[in-house]
Amino acid sequence: MRLYVNGIGILGPGLGGWSECRSILAGHGAYCETAPPEPSASVLPPNERRRGSDVVRWAVHVAQEAIEQAETDPQTLATVFACSGGEMGILNQLCATLAMPERVVSPTLFHQSVHNAAAGYWSIATRCRQSSTALACYDWSFGSGLLEAAAYVCTEEKTVLLVAYDLPPPAPLYAALPFVAGFAAAFVLAPTPASRTFAQLDLTLSNDLSERATRMEDARLEVLRTGNPAARSLPLMTAIARGLTAPVLLEYLEDQHLVIDVAPCPA
Amino acid sequence: MAPLILSHYTVVSALGKGLDETYRALRDRRSGLRPCDFEDVAINTCIGRVEGLEDVPVGSGSRAKELAPFDCRNNRLALLGLQQDRFMQAASEARERYGAHRVAVILGSSTSGILETEHAYRHRDPATGALPASYLPRYRYTHNMFSVAHFVRANLDLKGPAMVISTACSSSAKAFATAARFIEAGFCDAAVVGGVDSLCLTVLYGFASLELLSSGPCRPCDEDRDGLTLGEAAGFALLEKSGRAGHPGAVALLGYGESCDGYHMSHPHPEGAGAIGAMQGALRRSGLTPEDIDYINLHGTATRANDGIEDKAVHSVFGPSTPCSSTKGWTGHTLGAAGITEAVIAALCLTRSFVPGTLNTTRVDSSLRSHVLLDSQEQPVRRVLSNIFGFGGNNCSLILGTV
Repeated sequence: MRLYVNGIGILGPGLGGWSECRSILAGHGAYCETAPPEPSASVLPPNERRRGSDVVRWAVHVAQEAIEQAETDPQTLATVFACSGGEMGILNQLCATLAMPERVVSPTLFHQSVHNAAAGYWSIATRCRQSSTALACYDWSFGSGLLEAAAYVCTEEKTVLLVAYDLPPPAPLYAALPFVAGFAAAFVLAPTPASRTFAQLDLTLSNDLSERATRMEDARLEVLRTGNPAARSLPLMTAIARGLTAPVLLEYLEDQHLVIDVAPCPA
Repeated sequence: MAPLILSHYTVVSALGKGLDETYRALRDRRSGLRPCDFEDVAINTCIGRVEGLEDVPVGSGSRAKELAPFDCRNNRLALLGLQQDRFMQAASEARERYGAHRVAVILGSSTSGILETEHAYRHRDPATGALPASYLPRYRYTHNMFSVAHFVRANLDLKGPAMVISTACSSSAKAFATAARFIEAGFCDAAVVGGVDSLCLTVLYGFASLELLSSGPCRPCDEDRDGLTLGEAAGFALLEKSGRAGHPGAVALLGYGESCDGYHMSHPHPEGAGAIGAMQGALRRSGLTPEDIDYINLHGTATRANDGIEDKAVHSVFGPSTPCSSTKGWTGHTLGAAGITEAVIAALCLTRSFVPGTLNTTRVDSSLRSHVLLDSQEQPVRRVLSNIFGFGGNNCSLILGTV
């Protein structure tokens, strides 16, 4: 199954935007594990940018970066939002409220608590009426999101915006889901190449687990890759940054590998 | 699209366990709704609660050790669903037929096992605020959104692609769409689709805060409707290609349509733009026209806004004649499980030749222009469209029919 990457967005510790990260991932610049820049998510109306959760801002920020690179009208794109934890910060507030005798829940917090909050805010901000799917698959959420997006691209022959994101939850939930850092990535995936295409991907599922999943050479990036479900996308982004023609192996659940044959485009 | 066969399906809700109990309750106009008796909840509302979940932990029998960490209300409900209508046997036969790696598990849920986290917050360490040590390793298997698909996959020994779709109320309707794409794309040959959502404080107090809960059993499309009633349900369907599983009279997914409102997180688009898009998408994909649809199972939550706007959307696509009704007066709104619950009800309409009316409703809102049925009808049904709309303005319509 073939698809084309027409835009990329990335946000993480020391990783603020594709143009900057590209050389780091390509091995041309040193990786410095600095605090990530504040997500601007400027497409959100000021009210929602202020009220929205960090999770929403991170997801929308990388989505916006990918769309701007792809020079695509967001209203034409179906979306897939993949995330393991969901709105853990909001759920923390709700569960704390529900543990008090009065249980006075804020209606705004309640509608912000849904797993598809980022997807909803994105579609509202862009007035997009295309299909939007929000999903979860533990540490394999990026892989599941990529499968869902690829299946959509290939069966519907339409372009899809894939966003993968997870943030460390606040205490006390952090102890249940201790992600090492926040990370978000977005890809504009299309059935045909555009005037500016980053890479061509061929996707297959394999039952052969004899080879190890592709890792990051830099030890700190490898910690990030295994410590945040969205950062499982780093080896794919590295192969794209390096212009490699190479397979990227992504663990998919405990039973399969997602094999992504990456090639630069135009080849 | 090529029709996909629902070769096996089942549901558990407040109406009962499995197809026969569900059908009998629909036929006999027996509602599953009762005054709220969930935990110590002090909200003046009704609920559609599934009996006995409090008393049957998961993880008994030969796989106790493996499955015990999953124990929570949501997974108990999932297991009760799997145990009805020989569903586990059917899934096991599919595993033999296609191979464990070729059967996907695509489920929907909106709140997963959040009740466990709600309970854990009552037992935080007074000094540090830390959650109980016994809770922490259980988060992954209970509350995390993927938990129910993990649990079902483990129970059925399946190894194919899996995910939980969580787009609020549309979750388990969208599971059908994703599974259809996965089968067409060749990621799997068959899929266990469905959804599970169980009662919890988050949704009870959350919907109360939005002032969307009815004080009595909900009355969809009624002149005096005053909100929705929450329920819980688990439902599953085994989706296969028709070449393999098709036979005359088999129930099939004929089409699906997905859309967003792009309007508001918790209020539908005033003209029903997203709802219209979802219904038209489902018709287009199935190659059917509005005249081909015998019955529409409405989302019909019984809130003022939903029923009015859904009516506008249905009327604009189907006009005033197509019979439609909401079955929420029987089951309550089962949120992320509403899609599978109502898909199974659609399958019952097709196989048992009846169309349910709208329970609890006495006088249809005179401003509604669609053909809302109050009384059930015995009649042949060949194609049903089911609407499901959710928070975030996320919409999905399914068309089921016989082949």
